[in-house]
Amino acid sequence: MQLIDQRTKDIMEGCKERARDAGLKFQDETLEYIVTNRDLLELSPKIMIPTLYDFWVHDVEVLREKGKYELYPSNPYETVINTRPPISFYNDNNPDWLNVMIFYHVIGHIDFFQNNLFFRHTWDYDFTGQALSDKRIIAKLRAEKGRWVDYIIEFTRGIDNLVGYFDELAVLNRPKSHSTSSRMDYYFDVFLQSIKKVNIGEYIKEINRFNECMKQTPELGEQTFFADVTQKHPEFDALFRKHMQENGKPPFDLIQYLLENSEFLNKEENKWMQTVIEVIRNTSIFFQPQIRTKIMNEGWASYWHEELFLKDDRISGHEVDFARVNSGVTSMPRVGLNPYALGLRMFQYIEEIANKGKLSIEFKSLRDAQSREEFNRNTNSGRDYIFNVRENLSDFTFINTFIDQDFITRHNLFVAGKRLNPDRMVWEYYVKSRKAEDYREMIVDQLYHPPHITIDPYNTTDNTLYLIHKFEEKPLVQEYIGGVLMGIEFLWGGPVHLETHEVVSISSEQAQRYFSRFLPAKAGEDGQPESEVKWRKVLYTMKKRKLSKKAI
Amino acid sequence: MNPKLFAYFLQLKKDGLSEEREKKILVELNAADESHDIIEPADSGPPLPDIYSPNDLAVFQNLAPLMKPAEMCMRSIDELLDKDKQREEDGFPRKIRVGRLVKPRRGGKDKVVVVPTTVEEKFLHDSVKAPDDESSSGGAGDGEEGEVIGEQPMHSPDGAGTGAGQGSEGPHEMESNAYDLGKVLTEKFELPNLQNKGKKRAISRYTYEMTDKHRGFGQLLDKKATLRQIVETNISLGRIPDVGNIDPTQFLVAPRDKVYRILSKEKDFESQALVFFMRDYSGSMSGKPTDLIVSQHVMIYSWLLYQYDKQVESRFILHDTEANEVPDFYTYYNSKVAGGTKVASAFRLVNEIVEKDNLAKDYNIYVFHGTDGDDWDTDGKETIPEIKKMLYYTNRVGITIAEQSYGTGYSSEVERYLKKSGLLIDMYDYIRLDIVNQDADEPRLIEGIKRLIS
Repeated sequence: MQLIDQRTKDIMEGCKERARDAGLKFQDETLEYIVTNRDLLELSPKIMIPTLYDFWVHDVEVLREKGKYELYPSNPYETVINTRPPISFYNDNNPDWLNVMIFYHVIGHIDFFQNNLFFRHTWDYDFTGQALSDKRIIAKLRAEKGRWVDYIIEFTRGIDNLVGYFDELAVLNRPKSHSTSSRMDYYFDVFLQSIKKVNIGEYIKEINRFNECMKQTPELGEQTFFADVTQKHPEFDALFRKHMQENGKPPFDLIQYLLENSEFLNKEENKWMQTVIEVIRNTSIFFQPQIRTKIMNEGWASYWHEELFLKDDRISGHEVDFARVNSGVTSMPRVGLNPYALGLRMFQYIEEIANKGKLSIEFKSLRDAQSREEFNRNTNSGRDYIFNVRENLSDFTFINTFIDQDFITRHNLFVAGKRLNPDRMVWEYYVKSRKAEDYREMIVDQLYHPPHITIDPYNTTDNTLYLIHKFEEKPLVQEYIGGVLMGIEFLWGGPVHLETHEVVSISSEQAQRYFSRFLPAKAGEDGQPESEVKWRKVLYTMKKRKLSKKAI
Repeated sequence: MNPKLFAYFLQLKKDGLSEEREKKILVELNAADESHDIIEPADSGPPLPDIYSPNDLAVFQNLAPLMKPAEMCMRSIDELLDKDKQREEDGFPRKIRVGRLVKPRRGGKDKVVVVPTTVEEKFLHDSVKAPDDESSSGGAGDGEEGEVIGEQPMHSPDGAGTGAGQGSEGPHEMESNAYDLGKVLTEKFELPNLQNKGKKRAISRYTYEMTDKHRGFGQLLDKKATLRQIVETNISLGRIPDVGNIDPTQFLVAPRDKVYRILSKEKDFESQALVFFMRDYSGSMSGKPTDLIVSQHVMIYSWLLYQYDKQVESRFILHDTEANEVPDFYTYYNSKVAGGTKVASAFRLVNEIVEKDNLAKDYNIYVFHGTDGDDWDTDGKETIPEIKKMLYYTNRVGITIAEQSYGTGYSSEVERYLKKSGLLIDMYDYIRLDIVNQDADEPRLIEGIKRLIS
């Protein structure tokens, strides 16, 4: 891996200027590296982060087509990584014009990384730097503790897709001004209502008194208010402290819960494990937004590489070369999905309808097709609008908000179905639906969505951990449950329960299909068997590394 | 419907059949019209591009996701296996999987390579749909709703399936890959070596002997041969006028007259172990049981190939109601299922072959049989005597039953009559039975091999 040569770097600096003029916002410094196939071989298991910690799984072929992206939510072949400075990777023998095109694409990504709110938690530090120190810590621990470090890494990675990413974000993105002190919350929400059980008149009197205090001295108002409170209820402070201890900041996710509550991890000789677990958790949190913004991120970058490349006077004469590569990147496949193409078209579409003022209530309440078609308010606010979109949305909200029938019709999109034609022994692809809602549903169905697993405080005892998998009409991959639970049991140091749902009716249906293949078909029986899914609630228990299951 | 089979069915029916048995047999009977071709790997085509598969490096710079070269993986395998062994000692299940046959598709020709693989287990959502249900994706372009816009053959001639399939290179490729697979498996299994028969070495190895003669140089001068050579030379030179009175001091000795013994590598071609692979390819085996049995036999075969340095002879027998010997593993592996089931036929054929070729005297004989446990010969009236006969000469008979998870709900016929016969206990050293659920995974199969061979 070596830095790109000065001449190319110079060209790229020119690209940055043009991108800034167009309104993109990103930090000044970037690093560009030339990579060989060999470099990629080492980089790709580490998700293109050169300094990521070592783990033996990186050296092994990991085969799992099913759920591959669920397992590895970050794209292992990203051109640019979200670090400070951002690092991007180039092939050795790219011609200048191609490097310019790629670099505009890269700038699009960098702008997205640094402005989209779903990346908020990655803004304040350089991940490669942190990863390097994490890598060293792990290497040091490995020298001391040997293979146990790898077990801890493995078990924590088993649950690292359950991290409380949105909770982390929520803390960062919560506006400061609206927050009220927890003491005040406790006084009005709990203390007065549940402990003192005051009547409404007194309650309102207290509110008025509080407001009065705040009006007189905005800074010291709360203090004055509570000085009176403690005089009146001397027990308040003690109760409040107790309440905070019990219900203080709840752990966001399973990993944090284990860190705080696992007796095993809190033993003096096991404290080092917490460090390793923290590293894995932080790494996972860092990568979370990537997969949740794939369509937007690629669409945004494609929008800008197209926009900026064609306006770049330095490489005129390569329009045909550009067109060839660009159409490869951004063409809609006849069947299948392309995040570049879809995202690009959506941003273009959003810009256009925003320019025409079609996002207004006025347009939305219009029913006449002709006037809808001709509607144009010339607001010229499209650019601003898409900048707003890139700042505030993720794939899910993007798809749900902006894929409408006009968009589907404009680009001739449809939901493609694939079915077996047993008579001709072929798979048939057919147009299943051209409705916007079906198209939306089809995409949303494919979006990354890890299971939602929470800790059940009522059934969790000192010794036993009780987890609940929220039912979303999706079972867990069964063959993995044992392995993961075993890891959790190890980290927790006691038995672990997992409550989840599984499909019951599928096996009988298979048998039916098996027999119907050979038995002569009965008259009047045609078509496929109705695949009605019956669910059953089950409880997995991992105790002493033995997995058991029972229906509940 | 095959009249012969049908006649047999009627015969069975006359002897009395339960309703379930009859239904099961009928299913097979109806399927028996399908021929026993070699299956082309089923192929649902390359997966459609989804949202997450395209990436920048590939679309812009054509830097395709790379697969580690197989040799690199093989090199690190020792270390990985050590680690894996340690895992087991620490009380965690093993994680390295082997024997996965992957097929990178480059340059059109598919190749099967063996690499150590693993999975990282996480809680993931599974799809509720059955695999052959219709799936949907995005699309763009013209076409009315419901219109078919394209089709793709189910069995593409050079398509790549995962697992059991194989590409166009044919049997040889299969063999050499199986060898690689065996290399991995031996270390993984820690299977005990097959026992030796008699005093003879079961497999040939290279031996170094001073048997070859060489003129001019070598390790050891063969005096007798040298002298003979000298005499010969001198006769032709006319230096020995009177054979009755030879004066050795007058001999002329040429350098080439010196005959030496020279160290030479000798290969013992006497192969002493013979393995019969038999599998049921009747209609009831369709699907998972076949997959399981062939993958287990692939593993045994691979392991034998490696462990005995390709010196073990193998013979392959497929049976439904009749048994056939097939020439190579490839055919054995890929032949399609159809027809009824008579386990006895296969055992009988092995007995016949052994008898006819008089193999029992010279060979350690191993028999591995795979079935789903279904047998039209419900009580093993024909099978048990054949097995008994076989046990006189075999070193081990290993029977694997891949149980259907639906159906009768009680144990399969083969299992029942084997247990009833008491052979499994009386002849424990010579016959083993392993019953796997048809949903068994790879580690379970390996476990099974251990059971069969230990």
